[in-house]
Amino acid sequence: MGRVLPTLHKREAGLASAVAQRARLAEVPLARTFEESLATSGLFPLRPTRLEILQVNVGRRCNQTCKHCHVDAGPDRSEVMPRAVLEAVLAFLAQHRIPRFDITGGAPELHPDFREMVVRAARGGAHVMHRCNLTAILLPNYADIPALLAEHRVEVIASLPYFQARETDAQRGEGVFEESIEGIRRLNALGYGRGTGLELNLVANPVGTFLPGSQAGLEAMWKRELKRRFDLDFDHLFTITNMPISRYLEFLDERGRTVDYMTRLVNAYNPAAAAGVMCRNTLSVGYDGRLFDCDFNQMLDLGLDAAVPQWIFDATPERLAERAIVVGPHCYGCTAGAGSSCGGAVA
Amino acid sequence: MTESTAAAGREAYYHERDLPKFGEIAEGAPELARKFFDWYTAVFAEGALDAREKSLIALAVAHAVQCPYCIDAYSQDALAKGSNIDQMTEAVHVAAAIRGGASLVHGVQMRNHVHAHGM
Repeated sequence: MGRVLPTLHKREAGLASAVAQRARLAEVPLARTFEESLATSGLFPLRPTRLEILQVNVGRRCNQTCKHCHVDAGPDRSEVMPRAVLEAVLAFLAQHRIPRFDITGGAPELHPDFREMVVRAARGGAHVMHRCNLTAILLPNYADIPALLAEHRVEVIASLPYFQARETDAQRGEGVFEESIEGIRRLNALGYGRGTGLELNLVANPVGTFLPGSQAGLEAMWKRELKRRFDLDFDHLFTITNMPISRYLEFLDERGRTVDYMTRLVNAYNPAAAAGVMCRNTLSVGYDGRLFDCDFNQMLDLGLDAAVPQWIFDATPERLAERAIVVGPHCYGCTAGAGSSCGGAVA
Repeated sequence: MTESTAAAGREAYYHERDLPKFGEIAEGAPELARKFFDWYTAVFAEGALDAREKSLIALAVAHAVQCPYCIDAYSQDALAKGSNIDQMTEAVHVAAAIRGGASLVHGVQMRNHVHAHGM
């Protein structure tokens, strides 16, 4: 695999559009729909709990093109959150005192107002989380960002699917592992992951068509191996199931594994994981200000329940609490086994 | 059995799609199956050996007994539990070494017979 590949969008691939992805998923025969599974757990329709996390996707630009990316992010994407939306997001965060502000992308650092966004959200009292690919912060124009994150006590959530180059580069691109190690090294040097209260959490998505193993077991292994091999430290490992949409769906199709993967997800449905899915306490905001139940629904263009406001400009937590969460077959990706969320396993 | 099922059965003795049917073995002897699957689950629980170590042992034994279902299941299980292809390949070599060694060490018996019956 080269370092950077063209996105589905750039290639005008069959699965580039949300409509095509939804149609492909709808073709896969399943033993029961996700709605039926929720109903057997007494969870249908799925309702939100308290809104605790405002997750903003600030754009689809990235300096990497990971094989499993559900955003289809890459250097050839140009979508970026405009100023007016950013202001509305920060106003919503402050006005409604949302406790956690989760910044994702793309590589969020590439947003021209990323620094300002971090500073204003943190000064407003929110716990700010930055989803970091570990390599953008090495680029000359962004090398100041780790110090800014440390200054504002931002939690860094960084992707590292394995503690060796072969597996990591197979998923994330040639040379990414070596740069990721340097990225962690710089974060460690600032105190991240080293018991200073600056939290560095790593994310591991399976490098292949299998489901993640025990989060606790893998965390112990990642800690031991990163320490032994590179003298690196971090706080927690989050295991995240690969979501069968976008580039990962194309990968499954190319391998002829889509039906097998979906069947596996359905068979591994865990009611306890379903009760703890992240969409119940999270609101996802698109780069254009449109609202979604999660980042995956955002990429599938599955907007909120039509009964509630659809845009950050006119939404309130009270109105949004009235909604039923929009679900589909891809949601089995969050309820398999120990479950999966932006914070790792949930059950 | 439909014609297509019968035809599928004749393609080959082993099919990937048969592995998820393992649980159906309970239809013939439910109590024995329950005991087997309970014991199987207990065997693979974290204990003095951790789950990843047990998975690698299972992978090696799968090769020793040459069970395609087990090789499929434990290749994926080992990956999910954090093992990599280097570790998994070494585990298969352990199985192969024991199998090869088991043949070779019986050469001692051959030598005993040669010495007993030869001049």
